[in-house]
Amino acid sequence: MEEIVKHLTPLLKEITGYIYPNEIELHWGLLIVIYPYLTGLVAGAFILASLVKVFNVKEVQPTYRISLLTALAFLIVAPLPLLAHLGHPERSFEIFLTPNTSSAMAMFGFVYAWYLMAVLLLEIWFDYRRDIILWAEKESGWKKWMHKITSLFSSDISERALRFDRKAAKIITIIGIPSAFLLHGYVGFIFGSVKANPWWSSVLMPIVFLFSAIVSGIALVLLIYMIVTPLRKKNIDMACLNKMATFLFLAMIVDFSLEALDFVHRIYESEESIKILTQLVSGKLFSSLIVVQLLIGMLIPLGAIAAVKIFKWPDELKRLTYFLSAILVQVGIFSTRWNVVIGGQLFSKSFSGLTVYKTTFLGLEGLLVSLGLLLLPFIILYILFYVLPPWEEARAA
Amino acid sequence: MTDNRKLGENQERSSGRRKFIGGLFASFTSLLVPGFLRADNKSKDVKWIIAGGYSPNDHHWGMGIDISKCIGCGRCVEACKRENNVPLVPFFTRTWIERYRILENGEVLIDSPDAGMKSFKEESTEDNVVRSFFVPKICNQCENPPCVQVCPVGATFQTADGVVLIDSEYCIGCRYCIQACPYGARFLHPETRTAEKCTFCYHRIVKGLAPACVEACPTQARIFGEIKKKASPLVRFLRMNKINVLKPYLNTEPKVFYANLDMEVK
Repeated sequence: MEEIVKHLTPLLKEITGYIYPNEIELHWGLLIVIYPYLTGLVAGAFILASLVKVFNVKEVQPTYRISLLTALAFLIVAPLPLLAHLGHPERSFEIFLTPNTSSAMAMFGFVYAWYLMAVLLLEIWFDYRRDIILWAEKESGWKKWMHKITSLFSSDISERALRFDRKAAKIITIIGIPSAFLLHGYVGFIFGSVKANPWWSSVLMPIVFLFSAIVSGIALVLLIYMIVTPLRKKNIDMACLNKMATFLFLAMIVDFSLEALDFVHRIYESEESIKILTQLVSGKLFSSLIVVQLLIGMLIPLGAIAAVKIFKWPDELKRLTYFLSAILVQVGIFSTRWNVVIGGQLFSKSFSGLTVYKTTFLGLEGLLVSLGLLLLPFIILYILFYVLPPWEEARAA
Repeated sequence: MTDNRKLGENQERSSGRRKFIGGLFASFTSLLVPGFLRADNKSKDVKWIIAGGYSPNDHHWGMGIDISKCIGCGRCVEACKRENNVPLVPFFTRTWIERYRILENGEVLIDSPDAGMKSFKEESTEDNVVRSFFVPKICNQCENPPCVQVCPVGATFQTADGVVLIDSEYCIGCRYCIQACPYGARFLHPETRTAEKCTFCYHRIVKGLAPACVEACPTQARIFGEIKKKASPLVRFLRMNKINVLKPYLNTEPKVFYANLDMEVK
């Protein structure tokens, strides 16, 4: 109690205009920024994987399994920021037991469980099953058991069984695409359906979330692929990289167009909230929205990738451009999430004033925990790479 | 012979399947048990309300606020905080008073220091103020409440008498309801870590008492009562005044009605 008062009292001085007394405490902080960022990466990485299986884009095959494992690693971490931000994390299971059917948020548990159980884990299992069985045969000791358990003690690698595996993986991917759309589009809906908040309330929100998710997912897998491959002393497949960059570029164009549409639409309709939103965008959100999200996270990487496509640059320069662009895209998408979540709470619902957000360093909702949550998926991914090597040469002959 | 054996095998297999499906069904059903147990406990909790002979179905509560009568003394805010165990610090409140000062140049100054609990100080800008008034705010007990719609576990709900309540033993503290409320009426209680808001002093109204803020108001700016019964003072208030509600375009259908509401008030 005293701690909260100590945290909030200095903020009183930084308020401009008038905000309701209960609005001084900003409720969805850094953790809720991280949550859509993580689920976006999951959905995006999965969409990239589906390019191989469903749309038969052969070039990105080397990243297929990396994408699946990346999606899994980030999906495992995705609910943690939500859990950490709850006032009563120990009651979180009530969402499963007594969901309120009219609440968008109540569906979270079901969407999440569906995506984890029915899509990702199943697809990974079917895709890896043959390899795991063969690995287990050659290995000994605890590694053998680890793989035996992950194969769920199946041992049938007859042609018929493998054919079924392939078919199953394909069907799951087909189901997986709308599921990935659902997973992240639904997160967008949680924000987009809040009619009290004009910054959030937009029918475009789910679809903007979705395309920014695809952008961030492709960029992340591109980064992981570009970092891991030289570490394993292998050569980066340029055809794969070029193709990924093309898809990244296309997704960014769609994402940018949607966001531009949303922006133009707001200005053109110029509703009651336009004054306070203009103040917000030209003031407190200027650096994170205009500079970081739009310029650094969108226009510069778009221009850079376009330049690679137009001019015949040497591979070395292409790789550098892709790498730097993908990093900028990550920064940009993170700040997109920030601008939605935090931006939507910086203005008062009285439309008469602006408030501030200051994160703490320690504490469950502090900076340290947030950094930990951003790091954790990579640790899980490292373990997954060890248990289920996604590399082409690791495939059992 | 072989046919018979096949038939037997099939029967065995299908009975196995039936068993499996049965088992599956039973294990999924068992997931609901804690919910039922809790619900049973809950009904004991609410018995104190019904015990006094109060029947929610016989009432429909609302509040009228006459802005021209409010003097901004802040006694309602203090009475509410003391009655409902709300921290006496400025950041959490179930009701508050806003002061509006409209200047000569059309500029509107709004403030609510300490939620208006310690009343308001005169300031040097007073010279060029053309109009000034106080607006008490409170949960609007919407007929169509967005907070109830979004609560993921159903911890916030609308009773038959139209009051929106929160079960603080059930609230998980996700704060979606706080985001969904267009009026800023909700907050997270810093001690219980659950959502809080005005309940029309539900513990008082079931006993036939008025809410604490209504009782504390020295000018009778707040009128509490039945919306539908003809003999109610609130119905008279609604009939005698030009009435408005806050943010009507959001279709939340507030049950807190304002008389003499200025267009600057949001």
